[in-house]
Amino acid sequence: MMQATLRERQIEQKRIALTGNHAVALAVKMARPEVIAAYPITPQTPVVERLAEYVNNGELDAEFIPVESEHSAMSAVIGASAAGARTFTETSSQGLGHMYENLPIAVGMRLPIVMGVAARTYSAPINVWGDYGDVMSMRELGWIIYIAQTAQEAFDTVVQAYRVAEDARVHLPVVVAYDGFWTSHVLQPLDVPADEEEVLKFAPITRNWVRLDVDNPTQLGAVGTPEWYWEIRWQAVEALRNSAKVIEEVDVEYGRRFGRSYGLVTRYMLEDAEVAVVAYGSIFGLVKKAVDRLRKEGIRAGALRLRVIRPWPTWHLQKYLSHVEKVLVIDRSINHGGPQLGPMAVEVGATLGRVIHCALATVGMRAIDSDMIYEAALKTHKGLWVAGETYTVGLRGGYE
Amino acid sequence: MSEARGRFGGIREKIYIRRHHITLPGVKIAEEYPGLYEYASFELPQEEFFLPGHGLCASCTIGVIARHMLKVLGPDTIVVNPTGCAEVSTVVYPRGNWAVPWIHVAFGNGGAVASGIEAAIKALKRRGVIDSTRKINVVVFAGDGATADIGFQALSGMLERGHRVIYVMYDNEGYMNTGIQRSGTTPFGASTTTAPAGRKVPGNVTHKKPMALIAAAHGIPYVATANPAYVHDMVYKFKKAAEADGPSFLHILQSCTPGWRFEPKYAIRVLELATETGYWVNYEIDRGEFRVTMPVPKRKPVKCFLQLQGRFRHLKPEEVETIQAVVDRDVAEINKAMGREVIGPVDPSLACITPRGK
Repeated sequence: MMQATLRERQIEQKRIALTGNHAVALAVKMARPEVIAAYPITPQTPVVERLAEYVNNGELDAEFIPVESEHSAMSAVIGASAAGARTFTETSSQGLGHMYENLPIAVGMRLPIVMGVAARTYSAPINVWGDYGDVMSMRELGWIIYIAQTAQEAFDTVVQAYRVAEDARVHLPVVVAYDGFWTSHVLQPLDVPADEEEVLKFAPITRNWVRLDVDNPTQLGAVGTPEWYWEIRWQAVEALRNSAKVIEEVDVEYGRRFGRSYGLVTRYMLEDAEVAVVAYGSIFGLVKKAVDRLRKEGIRAGALRLRVIRPWPTWHLQKYLSHVEKVLVIDRSINHGGPQLGPMAVEVGATLGRVIHCALATVGMRAIDSDMIYEAALKTHKGLWVAGETYTVGLRGGYE
Repeated sequence: MSEARGRFGGIREKIYIRRHHITLPGVKIAEEYPGLYEYASFELPQEEFFLPGHGLCASCTIGVIARHMLKVLGPDTIVVNPTGCAEVSTVVYPRGNWAVPWIHVAFGNGGAVASGIEAAIKALKRRGVIDSTRKINVVVFAGDGATADIGFQALSGMLERGHRVIYVMYDNEGYMNTGIQRSGTTPFGASTTTAPAGRKVPGNVTHKKPMALIAAAHGIPYVATANPAYVHDMVYKFKKAAEADGPSFLHILQSCTPGWRFEPKYAIRVLELATETGYWVNYEIDRGEFRVTMPVPKRKPVKCFLQLQGRFRHLKPEEVETIQAVVDRDVAEINKAMGREVIGPVDPSLACITPRGK
């Protein structure tokens, strides 16, 4: 079986163990960025520490700018990308908040920046641990947003992200998010290409975006008056909408070359499901375990993982979830004051055109296990939880 | 605090009279030598890289600075232009007034954007994407708000990390683009919309942030102040900044018709008076050597500079004396540092407006 798998893969791989953060750093190194700018913040710091080591050991020929803030980190990679360089930065939580005003600018300038986010909640109270509050605050800005489940997937997604971002049909910044701590700091086995050059072969630096070139002067970041702003911004809107097929195409080709692909969403036992759990990030393994237990008890349960949330996988969700009677979204971020308090639940409900079930979990990295997910799915299935409401998993004095 | 007179005397808890410290650790005074105040002559090209048709106010001296800056720096220059008057007036889609690559990202990040561009050029030269022998200037062209206030941290980071960037701060002494609000470089006594001349408080009660000295404190190779009324001095400083082996910083005073409230025909006159009164001193700190590049043997009273501008019109005679005392102290400090009188005493017999061509 192992041999058959190896034969199918065109590219020779080696199995190593890395934390999610170090897996991301390795993927970035193999993608050969030319400028990296970063500022430390937990839990992403080990990524940029490792990248700084690569640069200072001569393993990566790049300029590493140890900037004085995340605002400057994003500004510097915008400048570098505008000058034609392949770039990388990474942040979490307050750091993302600090660079926030620059995020939509990277979109408007159509710069193929790749950023990692080891997801962490927002203060206050200050909490360095993982939930998706930071990532969810990026949804309206025009970035492509991936959420990886494992260190392996984070590695693979970073490589895919460069290929997607620099595709002439896209030219948009991409963020690759993964759980702070549960992925970023957990040592996991993963396969990486034995020959690093394979990554650059798969995702060559295209340098085909509009950039600052003294031989062909352009102005980037012009004033867009009410007569022009909308048309210019609309190009980014259309590019993001159309990026879905590029993301899928790149994922399929990555699968052919490297033996792993993931799709915009990942499905689990949905074909005949009467109740489905939708989740994202590292907890999907627990979700599948809960589904297995429900199946053993005769309940036709299934699950779906959101891997790409921008562009939103509308068609996939409608195809894979329309027939499922009860859909429970486990959200890992609070949509304060929203129609339902889970941001993804609101979007999944709107996509399916009906009111669905919503539960909040892992907020501020509150612990969770598969039994808790099993209970939540069971309550949904039995009708103890009402669609349209928001329930909590693991909150003292919450709504269970 | 005896200098605080008029309404300034009534709000002593709000103010202090600045003690200006020119001398910085590691900075020494340049020795006097023949030709110290002569400028190396070099030709400026006929070619224009800052193009006409922009939307700057009539008589705005931003255009004077930008035009001469690019004549010195040439076509192999990338301009980073943080938010401000220059930005909103020169690149409004689909019109652009720069014949060189230009980028505006946000307000407070000129130093960081330029850091990224400079780093990219270095990396791309190493990888053979850009010809490694080609010198490409990276210049930040930023207002006082984008430099002294919101962009202060990004500027400091850029200087401290040693990026080879020319940072040009055009200082019109306030947030003129958003409607004349007070900034960190608004002078003592000026009226702005957020530091208005009131019955109790006569306008702005803080001192101009000494940006050139702050930049120099980073130990960078070249720092200078300049004034577009003295173009020969200004272009010489652009040239030296471009030749510096590391970051350089130019603090350039820029007259603003709506913000300073003078008749447009006085745009250069008012800048001349800034220097002639000692309100503004043109100096440079070149590899740690301090020199005043524009000596003023006899000063005009600061009143000459103030009375041309509506922003100081509310000041009573004794309040003008308070400002004169601030200028006197600053000048004394410079003379003390130089060890001789480079900026002379006030001569009340001098006419405020010197006739042209005499």
